[in-house]
Amino acid sequence: MSKSLFQKVWDAHTVRTLANGQTQLLIGTHLIHEVTSPQAFGMLRDLGLKVLMPHRTFATVDHIVPTDQFAEPYRDPLAQAMMDDLRRNCAAHGITFFDRASGRQGIVHIVGPEQGITQPGTTIACGDSHTSTHGAFGAIAFGIGTTQIRDVLATQTMALGRLKVRRINVTGRLRPGVYAKDVILHIIRTLGVNGGTGFAYEYGGEVFDRMTMEERMTVCNMSIEGGARAGYVNPDETTFAYLKGRPYSPKGAAWDAAVAGWRATASDPGCAYDDVVNLAAADIAPTVTWGINPGQGVAINECIPDPAKATAVDEKSSIEEALAYMKLTPGAAIQGTRIDVAFLGSCTNGRLSDFQEVAKYLPGRHVAPGVKAIAVPGSQIVALQCQQLGLDKIFRAAGFEWREAGCSMCLAMNPDKLIGDQLCASSSNRNFKGRQGSPTGRTLLMSPLMVAAAAVTGAVADAREVFSVSSAS
Amino acid sequence: MSLAKITSLAGRAVCVPGNDIDTDRIIPARFMKCVTFDGLGEFLFYDVRKNADGTDKPHPLNDPRFKGATVLLSGANFGCGSSREHAPQAIQKHGIRAVVAEGFAEIFFGNCTTLGIPCATASREDIAKIAAAVEADPRTEVVIDVANQEIRFAGQTVPAAFRETARDALVNGRWDPIGELLDGLPSVKATATKLPYLAA
Repeated sequence: MSKSLFQKVWDAHTVRTLANGQTQLLIGTHLIHEVTSPQAFGMLRDLGLKVLMPHRTFATVDHIVPTDQFAEPYRDPLAQAMMDDLRRNCAAHGITFFDRASGRQGIVHIVGPEQGITQPGTTIACGDSHTSTHGAFGAIAFGIGTTQIRDVLATQTMALGRLKVRRINVTGRLRPGVYAKDVILHIIRTLGVNGGTGFAYEYGGEVFDRMTMEERMTVCNMSIEGGARAGYVNPDETTFAYLKGRPYSPKGAAWDAAVAGWRATASDPGCAYDDVVNLAAADIAPTVTWGINPGQGVAINECIPDPAKATAVDEKSSIEEALAYMKLTPGAAIQGTRIDVAFLGSCTNGRLSDFQEVAKYLPGRHVAPGVKAIAVPGSQIVALQCQQLGLDKIFRAAGFEWREAGCSMCLAMNPDKLIGDQLCASSSNRNFKGRQGSPTGRTLLMSPLMVAAAAVTGAVADAREVFSVSSAS
Repeated sequence: MSLAKITSLAGRAVCVPGNDIDTDRIIPARFMKCVTFDGLGEFLFYDVRKNADGTDKPHPLNDPRFKGATVLLSGANFGCGSSREHAPQAIQKHGIRAVVAEGFAEIFFGNCTTLGIPCATASREDIAKIAAAVEADPRTEVVIDVANQEIRFAGQTVPAAFRETARDALVNGRWDPIGELLDGLPSVKATATKLPYLAA
């Protein structure tokens, strides 16, 4: 019987069925960071338990690290305490820690893939909802809570109900200036922020076949913003080429065997899905959010919705709530909305290709007066690669601040925060109320090049026009 | 490990209306700079409950009529966003013992169940009836009957859905799975040896 990748991976990792009907699922790779793991280690201590597979557990530090300060102690003693706690826990349990001194630190969802830890056909868990990122490699990757981190530390398993699988096909070719970020914002806008509840999303079709691994990661990253617990792309030659030669990738004969196994883990042709959605690449435009959840987006040439024109009661009240918070005018064009801050980075769009794409268009341009623009590489390795290519100089010359690796202004658990009701053009993943650190701060989600267009013009703009993006670029 | 069998909970209720209430709103990220969950209760819904100077904003949780409520009522897709267990921890430490909503985000639902917080799904109309009864008389006792999948209040009964795996875990006192997961360790090792990437 033909099976989807999800079914194959789930079945191969099923330990047994628990009394309540959930599955005890083996988690092959456990990624941890400083924010959600300290309490889990505390629970282990309270129960007198050890880490079962320290060699399958990998740590890094990302949320709390200041991006403008490398040396410890950090100015924020609470951040330093979390850093110290993670360092202590990793040492005590024999867990590999990609500390800043290692040169391999970064946002956990960037570190796993670049180290070759993230592999097809595996299960991955991490106490962070954007763990779905790793699905880009054909892994089934779950964001989990702290008590589940305890479970995975102690047993390398967790209790979970089986998900349904929705295949999302995006057919055709993306138009110039339309990016992976626009694809996922379009999917979420179409299917809703809770449309994926109970599902894993399998992304496929010509658009995904053509995407680089970094683009696939951008899409899978935001699966959770559409309510899907996991999202993945079937592994293919692009996947294998990315993984070859990475520090934790198999070597020699083991590589060939691994690739054969990875190939076999992809969904079988003709396998059944619980649901199938077909979307056309031609319908996807550069997309910008105007509201307070990632589903509240419009194409760059569209207008901010007017609650007076809403057909459903719910829609009307949610638009009203969002616009009251966002202080935007109903029915106005989204283009031309003045911004205060431009943020380029995060686990969604903080990879080398994101900075490369923007750097192609920045020479000769400068951040508009009054706009604070920061570029934050997602990992130390991304930062190094950017420096080797001279990209940091391009960003600095254009008036961006170039920072150390970390989560930065995506969630504001570090000094990078909005102030007051500043409006931020952001390449991150969430535009929730207060998300970027100020209780009244406002976030517009968009692709990195759209962030750059907003930065240099001082307002939301169509990057295709600002930078004369053509099919030749 | 012996856990309480959570078959039914009763208490006064408070309604925090709205759809898509995310975990950043339930507990803003800056309060996650901690290495224990202690003390999170006071920061529940902080930015919608408090002004910048720490004074109260109008919010149901600040309303003295609903002080001491143990049942939280809300809208669709409650708990979306971040996987932070700090959100259900803050809810629990604030004194809330059950949440009733039109729907729950997946990770939040799982985190709540593991802490023994029943998440009951009810229709919008029924939640509105409960909210109306509570608004009319904040002393109304609301009974979340997990075993029988219903909610009783002010002489009325409405259906409540619990995912079957969660309902089973709550009523049978196995909502924290650690004991059962540990019991399965021999099978864990057997499963791992069959997977090439773990066998090495």
